[in-house]
Amino acid sequence: MFGDYSIGDLGSIFVMQGFAGLILFSVYVLMALGLAIIFGQMGVINMAHGEFMILGAYVTWMTSNLFQSYLPGLFAGYFFLAMILAFVASGALGMLVEWVLIRHLYKRPLDTLLATWGLSLMLQQAYRSVFGAREVGVELPQWMLGSLHVTESIEVPINGVFVMCLTVLITIGVAYVMYLSRWGRQVRAVVQNRIMAGAVGINTEKVDRYTFGLGCGIAGVAGSAFTMIGSTGPTSGQLYIVDTFLVVVFGGAASLLGTIASAFSISQTQSTLEFFMSGSMAKVLTLLAVVGILMLRPQGLFALKVRK
Amino acid sequence: MSDETNKGLLSPFRRKLLMGMAALPAITMLPKTSFAQAPATSAVNTTGLAVTDTEVTVGILHSATGTMAISETGSIEAEKLAIEQINAMGGVLGRKIKIIQEDGASDWPTFAEKAKKLLVNDKVAAIMGCWTSASRKAVLPVMEQYNGMLYYPTFYEGLEQSKNVIYTGQEATQQILAGLNWIAKEKGAKTFFFIGSDYIWPRTSNKIARKHVENVLKGKVVGEEYYALGSTQFNSVINKIKLTKPDVIFTDVVGGSNVAFYKQLKAAGIDLSKQALLTISVTEDEIDGIGGENIAGAYACMKYFQSLDNPNNKTFVPAFKKMWGEKTVIGDVTQAAYLGPWLWKLTVEKAGSFDVDKIAAASPGIEFKGAPEGYVRIHENHHLWSKTRVGRAKLDGQFELIYETADLVEPDPFPKGYQ
Repeated sequence: MFGDYSIGDLGSIFVMQGFAGLILFSVYVLMALGLAIIFGQMGVINMAHGEFMILGAYVTWMTSNLFQSYLPGLFAGYFFLAMILAFVASGALGMLVEWVLIRHLYKRPLDTLLATWGLSLMLQQAYRSVFGAREVGVELPQWMLGSLHVTESIEVPINGVFVMCLTVLITIGVAYVMYLSRWGRQVRAVVQNRIMAGAVGINTEKVDRYTFGLGCGIAGVAGSAFTMIGSTGPTSGQLYIVDTFLVVVFGGAASLLGTIASAFSISQTQSTLEFFMSGSMAKVLTLLAVVGILMLRPQGLFALKVRK
Repeated sequence: MSDETNKGLLSPFRRKLLMGMAALPAITMLPKTSFAQAPATSAVNTTGLAVTDTEVTVGILHSATGTMAISETGSIEAEKLAIEQINAMGGVLGRKIKIIQEDGASDWPTFAEKAKKLLVNDKVAAIMGCWTSASRKAVLPVMEQYNGMLYYPTFYEGLEQSKNVIYTGQEATQQILAGLNWIAKEKGAKTFFFIGSDYIWPRTSNKIARKHVENVLKGKVVGEEYYALGSTQFNSVINKIKLTKPDVIFTDVVGGSNVAFYKQLKAAGIDLSKQALLTISVTEDEIDGIGGENIAGAYACMKYFQSLDNPNNKTFVPAFKKMWGEKTVIGDVTQAAYLGPWLWKLTVEKAGSFDVDKIAAASPGIEFKGAPEGYVRIHENHHLWSKTRVGRAKLDGQFELIYETADLVEPDPFPKGYQ
């Protein structure tokens, strides 16, 4: 298929394809981080993850409308405030959900699947009632649109670069919170042994609530960022949920590093295959590969070593 | 109540009063029946449909919940508007239309079940409904088994015809061929890149488009790509488009994927004012989500745009906005859904009956001069003769009409040489 093209053309396409893979990688990591915390650390199968993301997207949409009506001069910078608000909104809803629903189900992890599935349907219908069934268009400031011209034929999408930077920042933030802060140590203690953690004086209920809130908040930020590349509608969250679980499960549920490694391998496989064959076939082959590897390594790529 | 009446009730006058009261319901009915001079129910309804002397029941069956609610909401709104307007004009054969609305919930078995409920329990005279081909295929056997009448609004892939369905949207050849001819002539286009969502409608449409490009236009298809419904990542295919540099990108991507596709196309630096893009899946409804700034400059090929400049449309658009809000937009399918109740009313009046068999037989040749898209007529194959138009997307989310066929295009659901 490359016979007809010049070396220069091919070179720049491979560079751009490399970027496409990296962008897909950052999107996957951003999607999966929140779930990696909730599913990986707490063992809660949160089927409503996509809806927490879309809450972030709707918050972004509302913020952009507010800025357009009242602060048009500051419109160029609204996105940063929108992301913070998205984090707060999704995080707060997450903590509420944890208090009302999830905390009663820690001993029955499979039931969380049903409960959060129901929650996701309720949230979808709530969005539909409040914001309407149609998709909304989130208007972005001018500087976030278009692409950077690196050379004559190499163009890098600005929104892709933005998502990459955001992903790096949030990943570093999460890694710091989980592995270096005092609170992260408490979270890991609760994950390993809830009863003992309680016995040494950790307020496990509080830790659970904040952990769940943090995961949902990160989902909100992801949703906010994805208004740049995807749609915002009541059911848009469903577009992400399968890929998100795929990344987290493939990576090994309890490992942050595993999530990143899995996002990297899935995204690179997919974007390379997509270039050489059609999109649907690429997806099929990627899924086949994932299924094959999970059959050989059911615990995922990286698993915590535990004594059996 | 006065003393006099109280006495009256106790007196022989009471009997007379009660007789008078018994006659009251009949009196209230008199003005309506005498005004419209409606024919007797027994004459216009021989098959036990839900038709009374004053009312006829019609079903609306769309997804008000679930993933398809995004698209189907507009159709529900248009059908309710048409029915309200028909009722304001005195109804059908002197009978007001009563609506029973059911929710298909974006789930195809639910559509079939609700269609059966509407036909068997509610005995509706007609159903306005369905949107996706999958929902129509699920409902079709029910319509045929219980002999119902379905008015289906969406542009679709063709390869279907039923006594029990009137297709008010365009079938694939009607929609696609004129647009391809236009862009080949206008832009001198020779190479085409197809990209679609992976299900029956884009695949069939692209098959027809490919045959037309290769056999009639003598051009070349340099790429044909499908992405699973709901895909949100198009960077790889956009790179392929950049590599193959087609004269025209021809797209039938649907749903949430649409938004992702156009946002990423713009982000990748493909300028739609220079790169020709022809879509058959983006209406004003979709642009709401995509954002005008992401799709401005693209061409869309269908039969109706909200911006059409004709007297019918100039009364239709304000009426729609008055009923459903200033901000609502009207896309191709919404307009086609609006035609359903009107075509049914005209057919019932021509047949002089609500019976489904008589309506099916009377449908061919029915003309509707008040259609917002302009004049339409029902073909023997139960599809509509209609014009095909090409519009160019503007920043404000509206289309500017660029081209329309001189005559009505004949519907051809089983095109020879395209299968």
